[in-house]
Amino acid sequence: MNKMTFSERITRAIIFIWFSFYAVCIIYPLLWMFLSGFKTSRELFISTWSLPEQFKWQNYAMAWKIGVGKYFFNSIMVTVFTVLLTILVSAFAAYALSRFEFRLREVFLMVIVGGLMLSPQVGLISLYRLLHTFGIYNTYLALIIPYVAYRVPFTVFLMRSYFLSLPREVEESAYIDGCGSFKVFWHIVLPMSKPILATSALLTAMFSWNEFMFALVFIEDKNLRTIPLGLMNMRGELTTNWPVLLAGLALSALPMIITFILFQKQLIRGLTAGSLKG
Amino acid sequence: MRHPLQGEYRVKMYADRRLAYTYLFPAVILVLVFIYYPAVLNIFYSLYRWSAFSEKKIYVGMHYYNRLFKDPVFYVALKNNALYAVISLVFQVGFGLIIAAILEEKFMRKFQAFFRTVYFSPAVISLTVVGLLWQLIYNSNIGIVNAFLKLIGLGNYAQDWLGSSKTAIFAVIAVSQWQYTGYIMILFLVAIQKIPYELYEAAMIDGANRLQMFFNVTVPQVKEMILVCTTITIIGAFKVFDEVYVMTAGGPGRSSEVLATYLYRSAFRNDEMGYAAAIAFVIFVITFVLSFLQIKLFRTGADA
Repeated sequence: MNKMTFSERITRAIIFIWFSFYAVCIIYPLLWMFLSGFKTSRELFISTWSLPEQFKWQNYAMAWKIGVGKYFFNSIMVTVFTVLLTILVSAFAAYALSRFEFRLREVFLMVIVGGLMLSPQVGLISLYRLLHTFGIYNTYLALIIPYVAYRVPFTVFLMRSYFLSLPREVEESAYIDGCGSFKVFWHIVLPMSKPILATSALLTAMFSWNEFMFALVFIEDKNLRTIPLGLMNMRGELTTNWPVLLAGLALSALPMIITFILFQKQLIRGLTAGSLKG
Repeated sequence: MRHPLQGEYRVKMYADRRLAYTYLFPAVILVLVFIYYPAVLNIFYSLYRWSAFSEKKIYVGMHYYNRLFKDPVFYVALKNNALYAVISLVFQVGFGLIIAAILEEKFMRKFQAFFRTVYFSPAVISLTVVGLLWQLIYNSNIGIVNAFLKLIGLGNYAQDWLGSSKTAIFAVIAVSQWQYTGYIMILFLVAIQKIPYELYEAAMIDGANRLQMFFNVTVPQVKEMILVCTTITIIGAFKVFDEVYVMTAGGPGRSSEVLATYLYRSAFRNDEMGYAAAIAFVIFVITFVLSFLQIKLFRTGADA
C-alpha cells in the first residue's frame, strides 16, 4: 500500500470520531439506565453525570418484589409456550410444503406466507371479540394463540427454505429401511435443522417477550401481565420513584441483551433472511 | 451418482396427500382463524355502530368512513405516520447504508465487530423499555437530554420535549431512529459482504476513488436490499404503536397521534368500535399494498 495522504488521514480521523460519538449515543442511555437504577431519588435529580455514591441494590430488589418478578414469570410462561408451539406447528407445515407432492401445495404456501401481509393492528378489534367468544380473553392463551398465529407465516417461510436446502439421501435410505414420514421428520429432518430451529426460536422468543399491543388489549388481570405491560403499570404506581422504575427497566432489558450477546450470529441470520422488523 | 431407485422412492415416500394435509392442518387453521378471518371480519365491523360491552349492532354503512375523511385528527395521525416514514428513510435507510459501507472499508474492519454490536443492540430491547427509558431521558428534571444541552452551552434549547405539541412527535421519532438504525445497517452489511471483490478491483483499476466506488459499485449492487429496507421502513412507520403509546399516548392534545394509537383510543377509550375498525381498515390498505410490494421485491432479490 502506498502512503496515506494527509487528507486521507483527516477523513479517517473524522469518521472514527463520528462513529465513536454515535457509539456513545447508543451506549450511554443504556448505561445511564443501569446506573441510575442504583441511585437515590435525590442523586438522580442533582448529580446527573456522576456515578451513584453508594450502589443501592435495594432499588433492584424492590423493583423485583413489587412486580417485575411476577411479570417475569408471566413473560416466561407466555414465551415458552409461544416458542414451542410456533416451532412445532411451523416445522410440520414447512416439512409438508418442502417435501410432499400435492396439487394445492403452492396455494397453501401462499395462504400461510401471505399472512405476513396482514399487520396485527388490522386484526386487533376482531381478535378482541374472537377471544371473548372462545372464552380465552384475559388468560395466557389470549396471548399465546395470537402470537403463534402471527409468527407461523414467517417461521414457515424461514424453515421451508432451509428444509429445501437439505440433502435428501438420508431421508430416502431411512424410508427404504422402513421408516414412515413422521419418523423421518422427527429423527432425521429436525435434528439436521438445528441451526434454523435455533434462529426461529430466538426470533419468536424476542417477539413474544417484547410484544406490547396484544398484551395491552387482551389481558385485563394485573396478575397476568407480561413485562411490557407490567412496566407501564409500575410507572403509574411508582409516580416519581424513578430509580426503582429504572431498575425495573434495566432488569427487563437484561435477558434480551444477554441473549443477543450470546446468540448474535443466529439472530442476525434470521433477521437478514426475512428482512422483517419485529 | 444418482441412485437408480431414488426418484421412485421419492415419489412413494412423499406421495401421501392426506399425510401432507395433516401436517399442514394446525398452521393453516391458525393462520385462517387468527389472521385472515379477523381481517375480513374487521371490514364488516366497520359498517356497524357497536360497543365492546353489548351485543347490539346498528348498521351504519359507510358512515364511519365519511366521518373519518372529515376528521382532522385522522389527518394529524396520517401526517405523523408520513413524518415517521420520511425521517426513518433518511436515518435508517440513508445513514444505515452509509454506516454499513464505511464499516466494510479496510481501515474500519478491525473495529467492525464492536461498532456493529453496539449499534444493533437497542433493536433487541423491547419498545416499551426503550419508550419508558427515553421518557425519563427527555424528562426536564432528571433527564440527560436537557442536561447535555446545558453542558455544551446550548441550555437555551432545553425544553419539555415530550410535553410540547410542537416537539412531541419528533422526540418520539428520534427514539425510533436511535433504536432501529443499527438494525437496517446490519441488513446492508450482510448485503455488502456478498458483493464480489472483483467489482471493486475493476473500479480501482479504472482509477475510481472511494466515493465513486460507493456510488458505482456498492449502491447498484445492494439495490434490491435498498428497496426491501425502504418498504419495511415505510410499513413499520404506518404500523407504529408501542413507542407513541408509551411515550405520549398521542398527546399533548392530539399532536402526536398516529393511526394505531387513534385506533386504540377510538376502540378502548371512546368505545367506538366501528370507528376504530374503519381506522384499522385504512391501516390494512396501506400496509397490505406495501407488504405486497415487499414480498414481490424480496422474491426478485432472492433470485438475483
